[in-house]
Amino acid sequence: MGIDYSERIPNNVDLSSDRRLQRALEKWQPAFLDWWMDMGPEGWQAKDVYLRTAVSVDKGGWANFGYVQMPEYRWGIFLTEREEGRKVGFGDHADEEAWQTVPGEYRNMLQRIIVTQADTEPASVEQQRYLGATAPSLYDLRNLFQVNVEEGRHLWAMVYLLHGYFGRDGREEAEELLARRAGDEDKPRILDAFNQQCPDWLTFFCFTTFTDRDGKYQLGALAESGFDPLARTCRFMLTEEAHHLFVGQTGVERILRRGVELAKEAPSGDARDLGGIRPATVQKYVNYWYTYSLDLFGSEISSNAADFFASGLKGRWQEMRRYEDHVALEAHVPMQVYEDGRLVEKLVPMRNAMNELLRSEYVRDCESVVEKWNKALEQEGTDFRITLPSTRFHRRQGIYAGSHFDPAGNPVTEEQFEANRAAWLPTDEERAYVASLMSACYEPGKMANWIAPPRRGIDGQTVEFEYVRV
Amino acid sequence: MGSEPKITRVESFSTHPDRYRHWKLSFDGPVATLALDIQEGNGLRPDDYELKQNSYDLGVDIELADAVERIRFEHPEVKAVVLTSAQDRIFCAGANIKMLATSTHGFKVNFCRYTNETRCGIEDASTQSGIRFLAALNGTAAGGGYELALTADRIVLVDDGSSAVSLPEVPLLGVLPGTGGLTRLVDKRAIRRDVADLFCTKAEGFRARDARKLNLIDGSFPRSRWEDGVKQEAAQLAATGSDRTGPGIELTPVVAPYTWVSVEHAEDGRLVTLTVRAPDDDPPTTADALRAAGASTWAMAAFRELDDALLHLRFTFDRVGLVLLKTSGDAERVLAHDRALAKLAADGDWLAREMELLRARILRRLDNTAKSLFAIVEPGSCFVGSLFEMTLAADRTYMLEDEDGEVTVQLTEASDGRFPMSTGISRLKARFLNDPEGAAKALEATEPLDAPSAFDLGLVTLAPDDIDWEDELRIAIEERLSLSPDALTGMEQNLRFAGAETCDSKIFGRLSAWQNWIFQRPNAVGDEGALTLYGHPTRPKFDFRRT
Repeated sequence: MGIDYSERIPNNVDLSSDRRLQRALEKWQPAFLDWWMDMGPEGWQAKDVYLRTAVSVDKGGWANFGYVQMPEYRWGIFLTEREEGRKVGFGDHADEEAWQTVPGEYRNMLQRIIVTQADTEPASVEQQRYLGATAPSLYDLRNLFQVNVEEGRHLWAMVYLLHGYFGRDGREEAEELLARRAGDEDKPRILDAFNQQCPDWLTFFCFTTFTDRDGKYQLGALAESGFDPLARTCRFMLTEEAHHLFVGQTGVERILRRGVELAKEAPSGDARDLGGIRPATVQKYVNYWYTYSLDLFGSEISSNAADFFASGLKGRWQEMRRYEDHVALEAHVPMQVYEDGRLVEKLVPMRNAMNELLRSEYVRDCESVVEKWNKALEQEGTDFRITLPSTRFHRRQGIYAGSHFDPAGNPVTEEQFEANRAAWLPTDEERAYVASLMSACYEPGKMANWIAPPRRGIDGQTVEFEYVRV
Repeated sequence: MGSEPKITRVESFSTHPDRYRHWKLSFDGPVATLALDIQEGNGLRPDDYELKQNSYDLGVDIELADAVERIRFEHPEVKAVVLTSAQDRIFCAGANIKMLATSTHGFKVNFCRYTNETRCGIEDASTQSGIRFLAALNGTAAGGGYELALTADRIVLVDDGSSAVSLPEVPLLGVLPGTGGLTRLVDKRAIRRDVADLFCTKAEGFRARDARKLNLIDGSFPRSRWEDGVKQEAAQLAATGSDRTGPGIELTPVVAPYTWVSVEHAEDGRLVTLTVRAPDDDPPTTADALRAAGASTWAMAAFRELDDALLHLRFTFDRVGLVLLKTSGDAERVLAHDRALAKLAADGDWLAREMELLRARILRRLDNTAKSLFAIVEPGSCFVGSLFEMTLAADRTYMLEDEDGEVTVQLTEASDGRFPMSTGISRLKARFLNDPEGAAKALEATEPLDAPSAFDLGLVTLAPDDIDWEDELRIAIEERLSLSPDALTGMEQNLRFAGAETCDSKIFGRLSAWQNWIFQRPNAVGDEGALTLYGHPTRPKFDFRRT
């Protein structure tokens, strides 16, 4: 064929001698590029963007910076190095040889896990495709695109698994991943949070803080998988995910800082008078996106989760490092269950509580993010603090869905909830206001009025660096 | 696991749309919509299971059966029924697994039998009454959900990239899709067996595109065109439905104590005497009179009571092994009611025909009851016409040979195919499978037959005289009750259905029998069985030896 795959697609999976994968490249890769042109960042495909590209899994290899046009981005396939003699770490197969090929009995389950995870990757690119038109700075614009191309690479990493290990079914699922569309009535993405709109940058930063953080924990749980290729793929993806979380966390923090700053300047004390975003508005966006992201972990009590663990496919967060009992058949987890109008504590078999365990890790992580924001608020000299709502608040999935709770987690009636909706969640008016602030700021080093500059640039460059050649 | 199976008490098999908890029945001209909207906490044993994912238990199916009957009798204007769900993205996940896993074996078997009868009733409504069914799967139809869809004349599935049809019982639960799924795949939809094999072992099933290719569904619409598409499909189906001019009659509730049927339990709880009384009035002979009499007309009321009695015997009185079927009253009046109804039906009155179809279904329910049935013909009996079918449904018939020859039975053309068995042939034909002359001879005898004549014609099993009668009966009963109930159920089910199979008879015979075997096996219900462990943190362990 004469195509140097390794040149076009950096990889460490011996692409040039793998016929299955070559077939994937011939069929799926062009379709992926078509999808990228259709659904990727609108209007920016021909621009030079200062991006990080992974060219190997070595220390320096995964972060190579340089200008690149996005369609030319080298979406690679990387798995962390194979660990000799690796065993299944948990569940009913604990201590058996880790699987290098798909175990027949778990094929369907594994495929479902991979497809569900994979579906989120292109979805967020679709959700964010118009944001380039309203970037608050070149620095942010570049970060957006970095997130986008890496989500694209994550999709490709998951598709590599589908193509490489799941035969015709896997190839069809890979095609479907390019056919579904975020928010499309007829072909929606699988998970609800990925069908929500991302019309403004406050939403983008909340999304990358909270929703991408769900991704971190899902990948972390899959990085423990007894199916070795999945574990190795996810481990490498985790290294990239960290940047996305950084973008979100610092983005929200910069909006908060600027909001406080403008409030101080405004004679009325209201940031909005000077075109800023009130921290109280940020709180409502946090309430919205944090709770949507909580839903992504699935139901608190779940037989699927128990099956995933029992079969050794999906572990707990840092299963091998933090747990001693990897069978988890005896232990129980206390859980607040809402029954007959009140919360009662119930002991749930640990395997059935795996979703909730992972969610708890996530919640702790989110709490530390909020702490950092609050430290920034303190530094800015305000008493305002961001708080995370209860995991019972505003849920659409799991055991609290269908009931109503206030942000502190107390049961309330539907009427009470609706009466307070405007105080707890972004109103149309607030969304419209945030949207009204969104206008592009493409001058190197300059920031939109509603956001503070970052503390430093990317890859040792200054904030003034021309991250995107407009 | 380890805990005793729970008893399910069924207070009543009667309900009314006003009291439905799980179905929403609505009407729009010739199209009725039955939307499944399960109230999770409102199962029959709410402490033991929640009806998640629009899954059903017996309570849900009693409502479904009621709705289908009501459409047949109360809504002659309806020509098509849309079976759909009122919940987002899920049509129905089938029978509730936790309910099955915590039920007694007998309940599981009877639950499946009842749900199968409901589903055959849906098909009966289409083929016999011209009421077409459209399964409009607005979300995933899994297991019993897809099996319900398979009863419809057409199946459409929303094409949203995630909703699928599936039969995950084998791979996920270690049991069968037991409400006709396997049979209807290959027999009704004529899906190739190897394709069906793939489908039945693929837990997640197929989404619209592939499902259409494999003939698992008939069509699909994207979400944006769903409502219009379903509406259009329903209208097209309705156009093929039968004209039935109104008005209908109200299905009044059936409650014990009954008017026409009595059920008498022997002290030991193993023997029941079920007696159907003859009418004590003249039959309605015009369409208007039939409507005025409505559901209280004897032909309908007596059989509905029989139906209710059978259901209570099945679900509540599991220790009863033998049912003595008796009749009493004026045989002439039975014949008069039969004749009047048959005439109205022959003249094209849909209601009369509907009543005959109902009686046929109830007699099939009798065939499918796992109790020994002895018909007892004694002085005062009126086993004539439609009631003579009870003797033909019985495993044995004992007829007293009295000195005066006053104890008689009488066949009419009612036994000549008006009440077909699930095999599609009459009980008389099945009785004389290789002797059509014998059947014809019996039908020719239009006069009342005394015991020797009936015996000679092969219509009764034994005809003891009055000296032997009591002892013969006593011994037969005692002997019957001493035999293994399992072996008897198997034996009776094999002997009752001579002749070729139909889709229906295979569902009650082959499919149910295998399911009931699997329901007893450790691989399903043992401590490490798949059904037992479903939803538990442990995965099943199978004994891999094949039988």
